[in-house]
Amino acid sequence: MSLFEAKKLRKNFGGLAVTNDVSLSLAAGDRLALIGPNGAGKTTFVNLVTGHIKPDGGSIALAGEDITGVKAMQRVRRGLVRSFQVTRLFADMTPQEHVALAILQRDGKASRMFGRHDAMRPVVEEVGEILHLLGLSELAHLKVREIAYGQQRLLEIALAMALRPKVLLLDEPAAGVPQSETARIERALDMLPPDLAVLMIEHDMDLVFRFAKRVMVLAAGTVIFDGSPQDVTQDVAVREAYLGSYANAGSAA
Amino acid sequence: MQTVLSIAIDALAYGMVLFVISIGLSVTMGLMRVVNLAHGAFAMIGGYLASYATRDLGLGYAPAILIAVVATAIIAVPIERLLYRRIYGAPELTQVLMTIGITFCVIGLANYAFGPTLKTIPLPETLSGSIDLGFRAIATHRIFAIVCGLIVAGGLWFLIERTAFGIRLRAAVDNAPMAAALGVRTQLVYAVSFAVAVGLAAFGGIVGAELLPVEPYYALRYMVTFLVAVSIGGAGSIPGALIACLLLGAIDTTGRYLAPEYGEFFFYLAVIVIVTLFPRGLAGRFK
Amino acid sequence: MAVLMDSTLPTRRRPLGTLIGIAVIIAASVIGYFLFPNNLALLTRIVATMLLVLSIDLVTGYCGVATLGHAALFGAGAYGAGIVSAHFGITEPLTMTLIGAVAGALAGLVSGIVILRAHGLPQLVLSIAVVHLFHEVANKASSWTGGSDGLSGITTDALLGLFEFDLWGRTAYIYGIVLLLIVFVSLRILVQSPFGMLARGVREDPVRVAAMGASVHSVMLRMYVISGAVAGVGGALNAISTQVVGLDSLSFTLSAEALVMLVLGGTGSLYGAMVGTVSFMWFEDVVSAANPFHWLTIVGALLIVVVLFAPKGLYGSAAAFLSRRRGGER
Repeated sequence: MSLFEAKKLRKNFGGLAVTNDVSLSLAAGDRLALIGPNGAGKTTFVNLVTGHIKPDGGSIALAGEDITGVKAMQRVRRGLVRSFQVTRLFADMTPQEHVALAILQRDGKASRMFGRHDAMRPVVEEVGEILHLLGLSELAHLKVREIAYGQQRLLEIALAMALRPKVLLLDEPAAGVPQSETARIERALDMLPPDLAVLMIEHDMDLVFRFAKRVMVLAAGTVIFDGSPQDVTQDVAVREAYLGSYANAGSAA
Repeated sequence: MQTVLSIAIDALAYGMVLFVISIGLSVTMGLMRVVNLAHGAFAMIGGYLASYATRDLGLGYAPAILIAVVATAIIAVPIERLLYRRIYGAPELTQVLMTIGITFCVIGLANYAFGPTLKTIPLPETLSGSIDLGFRAIATHRIFAIVCGLIVAGGLWFLIERTAFGIRLRAAVDNAPMAAALGVRTQLVYAVSFAVAVGLAAFGGIVGAELLPVEPYYALRYMVTFLVAVSIGGAGSIPGALIACLLLGAIDTTGRYLAPEYGEFFFYLAVIVIVTLFPRGLAGRFK
Repeated sequence: MAVLMDSTLPTRRRPLGTLIGIAVIIAASVIGYFLFPNNLALLTRIVATMLLVLSIDLVTGYCGVATLGHAALFGAGAYGAGIVSAHFGITEPLTMTLIGAVAGALAGLVSGIVILRAHGLPQLVLSIAVVHLFHEVANKASSWTGGSDGLSGITTDALLGLFEFDLWGRTAYIYGIVLLLIVFVSLRILVQSPFGMLARGVREDPVRVAAMGASVHSVMLRMYVISGAVAGVGGALNAISTQVVGLDSLSFTLSAEALVMLVLGGTGSLYGAMVGTVSFMWFEDVVSAANPFHWLTIVGALLIVVVLFAPKGLYGSAAAFLSRRRGGER
């Protein structure tokens, strides 16, 4: 059974179909990369999936239930979690607090008005495990504004893990990370639970090839390729879409 | 019928005065994104200077207006340079505190310099009478205020839509870094816009002195009204500000005529209803 | 296992922090008592205002909502406690305080619902409009509130049936300090709780909080209600100690001044709120005795200086300075 299913999603902006009948389904354990040239409609698609914009047509289902009309916040609670292309973290809070908050929110305890998160044994232990897994233990008590961007990206992944989603949407997890540190991101992605369904939006093709078992290519709002990473570079339509976009831009790539 | 007409004329005049004062605030807020609570303080300074020029220096109404407006704009330049420039793009709370600080200072200093009493700006004879429409006489000053409002609206529209400065201004509003890259001196645009905005506030303060009397707490008393006008109109929008001011003028004047014992109850109630219904303003252009 | 140790380490110090806070509050109030035995009324007013400033800190410092209308919540508490005493004969001070807290919480709920509808400038405008609306309502409903003459005829029983509210204001002062301690400890627990952490998250990045599946609006609204209860206790204390409630307790000026006190002390910290209130009101008492209008100029100048040179406020700057000095050790 597919955990996540988008059927014929459509979104128009001023008569232009930015997302044109895009269908996509994910099963447990899937590692799907969604790629496409600039302006292909990836961001719009992400916003449709997370529920920040309403589709003009089509439907979205999570674990068999229709969530097309469900609010963004509720989608998260049902297990559809996203990471951000540019880190969105609490600058004055520590990684430990971040992960603890995610765990408490997941367990429905984030609204407790008494007790301290760092005195709650199970929370502390789980925070420790997650930070350890991602190699962030030493930074646990520094403020996020004091840690490097690459480590902030790891913390984004840690938050996603702490929420224990069914479906995870990774929006360019390596964006802004220096080449020398992408290996750490890759290792972090390997730590994701095996039964989690992951949809990754990414530009870095090396990362796509190493991470994804399946690749979809979006161009001008339409899916033009769906298949294995090995085949994607050989596909005529994909080559045309990418190279064509450079030709249109008028600059030699 | 008589009452309706009186209310209409007063509301229109009041709305226009509000517009003349608030439009500068709206432009600076749309452009520099600074919540300027001290805007009314500049209108008040204009009023004080005009009162001083007419009553103590014995100048005529027109030269007094000119001098007061220019002087207020000149006073504003160093303030923009030294204080406002540091809070462009700062968090809202910072801007609120800084500009409340400026307001408090201006109130304190105005009281020290001019005393706590109400200051009047004597109108010239041509404006102090009334015009007889046959069935009804209307105070000439009200007509004058309305005409001033229309001239300001038209002039600003021309400045922003039809001049080279207007092009730079709009470019800086839309995308300041891009405009700067294209050779627009954004700092200068900000400074000039600020001076113009303050000059307009002063002008409104003088022309509206009959309706919004000049006294030290003016800056605090009408602070809300000006903010409301901008907030409802949508920062940076001339038509939005005009509609908002006329609407507020109508609500406030009607309330005063028909239910004076409720004070400003209906005014604030209306504000809450309007802002709640249109949290982005009636015509927010730059947001 | 080393990981776990690391994560639990700094916990130890924090309960101590609350104890130190309690000790400092008690010490300061004892010193105040003996230093100004003839001015206990002022000290009690400072304590009541402190509660208002703490209450603003909850929404502004912890949730990031800028408000210039918080006196509405304080005034609601003051009128709530005052009206039940003057009109309904409920003169038991603890009950009056409780009613003040409830009235404040209700006012917090109402203004929270209104204010949280918008963001940015419109939000600020709404907060100002709310306090003005409360003011106009209190002014109009003069048969209940005494209108512009103020609500008089407030009587209070002896506290716990033992301590009369005396002419020197000793009982009121001690009662105020006890209330402050209770509020302080409760708020320490609150801001360190998961909910407090969630609120800080809302201040720093609401989008991230929503992406965790939490409702930003509901966090802020709940904080508004709690904040209202705290402000309401402050208002009730003021009504009990002065036995009058004036329209100024619902004014824009009080709202603005209380915000200034918070920023002077430093937002986002309970100590900052308390330090700011004491410094501001002590300073006001000294200066405004000379000339109220110079006072306004000085407040204005002070605000500008704080914004430009000490944006973290007195307490915040001092704390940052100390932690930087201590930073080398860590």
